[in-house]
Amino acid sequence: MSTEHAISKRTYYTVFFVLLVCTYLTWQIAYFDLGPLNTVVALAIAIFKATLVVLFFMHARTSPRLTWVVIMASLFWLGILLVLTASDYLTRNWI
Amino acid sequence: MTSHPPARHYINNGYGIKSWLLTRDHKRIALLYLTGVTFFFFIGGAFAVLIRLELATPAGDLVTDETYNKLFTMHGVMMVFFFLIPAIPAVLGNFLIPIMIGARDLAFPKLNLASWYIYMLGGLFTLYALVSGGVDTGWTFYTPFSTVSSTTNVIPTALGIFITGFSSILTGLNFIVTIHRMRAPGLTWSRLPLFLWSMYGTSLINVLGTPVLAVTLLLVAVERVFHFGFFDPALGGDPVLFQHLFWFYSHPAVYVMVLPAMGVVSELVAAGCRKPVFGYPFVAIASLSIAILGFLVWGHHMFVAGQSVYAGLIFSILSYLVAIPSAIKVFNWTATMYRGAVSWETPMLYAYGFIGLFTIGGLTGLFLAAVGLDVHVTDTYFIIAHFHYIMVGGTIMAYLGGLHFWWPKISGRLYNEWLARLSAGIIFAGFNLTFFPQFVLGYLGMPRRYHAYPPEFQVLNVLSSAGASILGFGYLIPMAYLMWSLRYGQTASANPWGAVGLEWSTTSPPPTENFAETPTVTWKPYDYEHAISAPEGHVA
Amino acid sequence: MRSPHRRDTLPDPPSAATYEHFAHQFESVDHQKEVSLLGMWVFLTTEVLFFGGMFLAYSIYRHAYPSAFAAASHEMIVWAGTLNTVVLITSSLTMALAVHAAAAGQRRALLVCLTITIVLGCVFLGVKAYEYRTEYLEHHLPGYAFEFEAPYAPQAQIFFSLYFMMTGLHAVHMIIGIGIMAVMFWLSWRGTITLEYSSPIEISGLYWHFVDIVWIVLFPLLYLVGRHVH
Repeated sequence: MSTEHAISKRTYYTVFFVLLVCTYLTWQIAYFDLGPLNTVVALAIAIFKATLVVLFFMHARTSPRLTWVVIMASLFWLGILLVLTASDYLTRNWI
Repeated sequence: MTSHPPARHYINNGYGIKSWLLTRDHKRIALLYLTGVTFFFFIGGAFAVLIRLELATPAGDLVTDETYNKLFTMHGVMMVFFFLIPAIPAVLGNFLIPIMIGARDLAFPKLNLASWYIYMLGGLFTLYALVSGGVDTGWTFYTPFSTVSSTTNVIPTALGIFITGFSSILTGLNFIVTIHRMRAPGLTWSRLPLFLWSMYGTSLINVLGTPVLAVTLLLVAVERVFHFGFFDPALGGDPVLFQHLFWFYSHPAVYVMVLPAMGVVSELVAAGCRKPVFGYPFVAIASLSIAILGFLVWGHHMFVAGQSVYAGLIFSILSYLVAIPSAIKVFNWTATMYRGAVSWETPMLYAYGFIGLFTIGGLTGLFLAAVGLDVHVTDTYFIIAHFHYIMVGGTIMAYLGGLHFWWPKISGRLYNEWLARLSAGIIFAGFNLTFFPQFVLGYLGMPRRYHAYPPEFQVLNVLSSAGASILGFGYLIPMAYLMWSLRYGQTASANPWGAVGLEWSTTSPPPTENFAETPTVTWKPYDYEHAISAPEGHVA
Repeated sequence: MRSPHRRDTLPDPPSAATYEHFAHQFESVDHQKEVSLLGMWVFLTTEVLFFGGMFLAYSIYRHAYPSAFAAASHEMIVWAGTLNTVVLITSSLTMALAVHAAAAGQRRALLVCLTITIVLGCVFLGVKAYEYRTEYLEHHLPGYAFEFEAPYAPQAQIFFSLYFMMTGLHAVHMIIGIGIMAVMFWLSWRGTITLEYSSPIEISGLYWHFVDIVWIVLFPLLYLVGRHVH
């Protein structure tokens, strides 16, 4: 019937620990000059943390397929908003 | 089948205003929305009357410039946000979706009622903004005029629309969840009526697009109060960013306005021709395609706004693509009518009107998708004619067609068929007389949002204003005979059209729980071959 | 008989033979739970697009004014932002544990976890209030005697506008979340939450985690830009 018990308390604590480590990492890495990589790394860590929260704390890992479709759709649409608008700003100086 | 309505149905199941204002029955909520959208439609219509009165003469002599700016703004705001967006989904969608899927109600009935209150609250907020001075920014709220220079009630209007937006969002959420998870046993996706495919696509747009409008209007309000600088060039902001954010919603919004109308037309054509819709899978997928592709084309509103040419080209190509699924639908409806038992009853008249007028409006959209042509006709009456062909010639005709088609189911009464056909004809004639001249005016160069124009444009403007009065008169007649039928109309049987669909298998009006017991669906949609009943005579 | 307020475990659900706790439009308790969860996920989708509009504005302006954004971000109170990130992540843990406790019928654990979640949420808001006050005193509140070193002043104002809008809206969502958790606490206290009917906790949990995720993404974008400079 329900699948909440599929994710154990131990998993929650592990994920929590990883999230704290990532927070520490992202904070410390910011003090090093990696050029444009600073942004990339910071966003990558943030997305990784968000993914962990979605998969484990929000039970996406044990959720029905429709939930996955909803999650993917929201990210895809956000992508449309960002990418197509960027197509304007990035090409304004081309002509 | 008898023509006696059931003893207990959703209308007489509980009396008193509290039983309506606190109802959780989707059918009653649909009627609450019907009152709301009709009210706001007439307010928007009143502004249209004033606009067309002013435009009958070349000089700006009826109202001042500032007042005229307010008139076209409020006409647009009222019609778009408080009539066209909610009309078919919140009235027909709310009423029919649970019945068409064999459910007792939507997934979240209390949320449904809350959505109506939110809608009315936003509408009354905006109405307050109107009567206490109005807004003059255009319904598009372009910055920096709306955030910096306009001295009118921008914030209350923006907040009113913001609030009502949540009604669309929550209704869309309700519909999506309902269609996914509340279908009767046996009702697979491939057995869904096409109205439901359209409503599903519409709900996707409502859920994904409206939040962006919400945050955009919030930014406008905040900018206006705190001078933050998002859209103000003096502070480093970019006004075009507002347009990106605004049109990201407002283009898909036009598909919110037309997709449900297409869904209605599919139902009308199938019932009117007593045939399954030709190419059902294609029409179903076309509904989804329109919903998805509709999100990729918003830049075609910004070809001359300062957007990069390359982005303009991308949006242009995508705009051509989005026309394809609409065209597929038009071809398939036409193919359905071929060798069908085509009828001339009122709902069918509106359906034919839709197919013709939407085609014209849609084709002119292709003109506008071409960047070069758009540069010539943008911000002229060509644009106005284009979108009115789709919104009025399309959506409103389909709305009226659907209202007439399902009126016996909703009210348990039949309306006067001859009066109805007459008004359909008047509306069709009045509409074309109003808006066809505007294509010519726009092409000749008359700009939009101006109340004074060169004298050589007067003849066409007078034709347009004359048409508008005929159209306005035409809209009043259905109001009259539909309301009259509630009291004096002949009582309707469960299936006066002899149509196929779950809604016709329950009584007119339906009981509160919709069905005596949950049906199990084993038939294809529009299975007219195996339908038992012949159409019953119903011409009043 | 023991008072219901002294229970360690959630009350037994009403016997299935006599009464089942689900609304009339659903077929079963499971059906109601599945549908309600889907409803919350769809709602969170709308929230993604809602915040997404502001992320768009942020990315456009950051791309346009990289130095101004770095200079402005440098003025952010990093320890406050980092602390708040830790606070929210911890609150997500306690929220997940609360859902787990509800599903296992552990009333006391559920109430404790909900309480800690609420407290952490309030801590977050308290730190934010401190930050806002400091930024106001430093004349970084846009539109109110905004001051920033030249030549970055106008574009830094855009940064701070985005900062206040995004964190402000996030804070509004936090306040609503705390309100929801308070209601969840009350429902758990009075016995409405049973072993059978624990979905409100899970559904509210989804909302809470989402608000956490928004902050997780906001944190580096607002606080950690150009940190490596001096």
